[in-house]
Amino acid sequence: MEKLFTTAFRIRTFESGGIKLYRQGLVRGYFHPSLGQEGIATGACAAIEDRDYIGSTHRGHGHCIARGAEIDGMVAELLQKRTGYCKGYGGSMHIADITKNNLGANGIVGAGTPLGVGAALANQVRGSDAVTITFTTDGATNNGTFLESLNLAAIWNLNFILIIENNQYAVSTTLEEATRDTDLYKRGEAIGVESHQIDGNDPLLVYETVLDAVKKCRSGLGPVLIEAKTYRHSGHHVNDPGKYMPEERLKYYMDRDPVDRARDNLIKLGKMSAEEVAKLEEEIQQEFDAAVDKAKNAGEISVEEFQEFVSAY
Amino acid sequence: MYREALREALFEEMELNDEVFIIGEGIAERGGSYKVTEGLLAKFGALRVRDTPISEASMIGVGVGAAIAHARPVVEILYIDFAMLGMDQIVNQAAKFRLMTGGEGRVPFVLRTQGGTGGGVAAQHSQSLEALFYHIPGLRVVMPSTPYDAKGLLKYALRQPDPVMFLEHKHLYMTKGMVPEGEFVIEFGKADIKREGSDVTLIAWSNMVPRTLEAAEALAEEGISAEVLDPRTLVPLDKDAILASVAKTNRVVIVQEAVRRGGVASDIASIIQQEAFYDLDAPVEIVAGMNTPIPFNLELEKASVPQTADIVAAAKSVLHADKAA
Repeated sequence: MEKLFTTAFRIRTFESGGIKLYRQGLVRGYFHPSLGQEGIATGACAAIEDRDYIGSTHRGHGHCIARGAEIDGMVAELLQKRTGYCKGYGGSMHIADITKNNLGANGIVGAGTPLGVGAALANQVRGSDAVTITFTTDGATNNGTFLESLNLAAIWNLNFILIIENNQYAVSTTLEEATRDTDLYKRGEAIGVESHQIDGNDPLLVYETVLDAVKKCRSGLGPVLIEAKTYRHSGHHVNDPGKYMPEERLKYYMDRDPVDRARDNLIKLGKMSAEEVAKLEEEIQQEFDAAVDKAKNAGEISVEEFQEFVSAY
Repeated sequence: MYREALREALFEEMELNDEVFIIGEGIAERGGSYKVTEGLLAKFGALRVRDTPISEASMIGVGVGAAIAHARPVVEILYIDFAMLGMDQIVNQAAKFRLMTGGEGRVPFVLRTQGGTGGGVAAQHSQSLEALFYHIPGLRVVMPSTPYDAKGLLKYALRQPDPVMFLEHKHLYMTKGMVPEGEFVIEFGKADIKREGSDVTLIAWSNMVPRTLEAAEALAEEGISAEVLDPRTLVPLDKDAILASVAKTNRVVIVQEAVRRGGVASDIASIIQQEAFYDLDAPVEIVAGMNTPIPFNLELEKASVPQTADIVAAAKSVLHADKAA
């Protein structure tokens, strides 16, 4: 319970802080925050072990943090420093801590799904019961590889869990515009895959549902599809104010904010006092601020090092 | 035979490394359309030799993902034309992953497929698309022309940390050639002089190698000594061997089955003109496919790609370029 909140708040802090850094001109390129969607990464990653794998979307900071990445390396990557997880070669859209069995974020919507099935296949071939979770999006469900890949996982009984983070927008195109049947979990059922639709803003429910899916996979009953419904707190990326998002709907989801829910749970169930939570939040904020200071002082890869690195290309 | 050499390479590497496995359409029970994978299912079982549904974009992506997760996948794509369905996974995923992860992530992935003309299989089953992959930084491009090269290069490919596009040729599967007993691999980036000569360098790869050797024979009858150089791998390209041969013969013809426009031959020609301009006694000549999809009609198919006589004519043209001037 404490871990769920800590992770969710750590993601919230990273995303809010990253937006500020972006506005200050310190983060270049694109920055797609997962504000409002923290519950899914948090709950899902809490349900797996070190030997398991995850694959991410282009809104991938949260997954990376939930999978255990250090904030230092993540902030440094945003600031294109050599101490970043990808040494400044990958950036926000490709961030990954490979050492944590993270297959990475992806700049191509939907492309991570076959990669995740591949990791699951590799584990089956080597006789491991490791599970692979791939996060995908409602936008990616209309891409051909969504069905193809899930079908491959199904015919091979792979330990594969596909989680659709249904935030109801593909950039600015609504789910209703993109598909006739907006219950995306049904697509899994159509090809014989156990499928669920859940409230993605409830980190505890996500955790329990994924934990159950992990158990099923490890006992040979995979794959499992989970559609987790959520909503972005703003537009597609930092420079998109999201004016097309209806206010009532946004309010509905704001009122069901996953970070608030994780915090309320913690306090309501008497696991921590409000003061203790406030102290924890402060610590997490300090961790982020310290990471920013470190990253600002870190160096960048030189052009010569880059040329050497790619000389065999 | 070429296809048996490929099979031996797969067999040996699968025996050596439990994490080598193969997926593709009809490759298990049936042994693939060109019978390269015949017998592997019986030996290695359905976990490591498995058929896929027709879903190239995902099959290729699955191979890339398995490679990122440190296994050794081989994905067989029936025709290179079908690899186009998986271009995102090849170009945006496999080729970029190492750089995007700052060198931490590797993609030890082999995509085996075949291309080229032969037998009237028409426009969507006959293309020579190596230039597409040659263009993309991060991919290795291998095009073996003999059984010996096929085996040695495929074995080497299966030990590489980076994605390899292993491009076979449909016309070569039944060709015979010496393959030595015992363990051997051929490193990438080492060209092979398929025939020594002193008057002109003929550079060719894949199915253009046997055709160019025929041309060299014909030229020899006329007293012209042609050297035939097969780069074997286009990426990495053995520039040193090419430049050494140019320095020796001072005249070059580059032969490719692929269409002329935007081809690998043009790039090799540009390297030669930049780095060996003063060794040249004549402009570099390129013999290439016409800029056309491949027609079904057999005579037209033949007319659309280089034939022996075209290579002979080009060689003579660079030899007599000075006289013509």
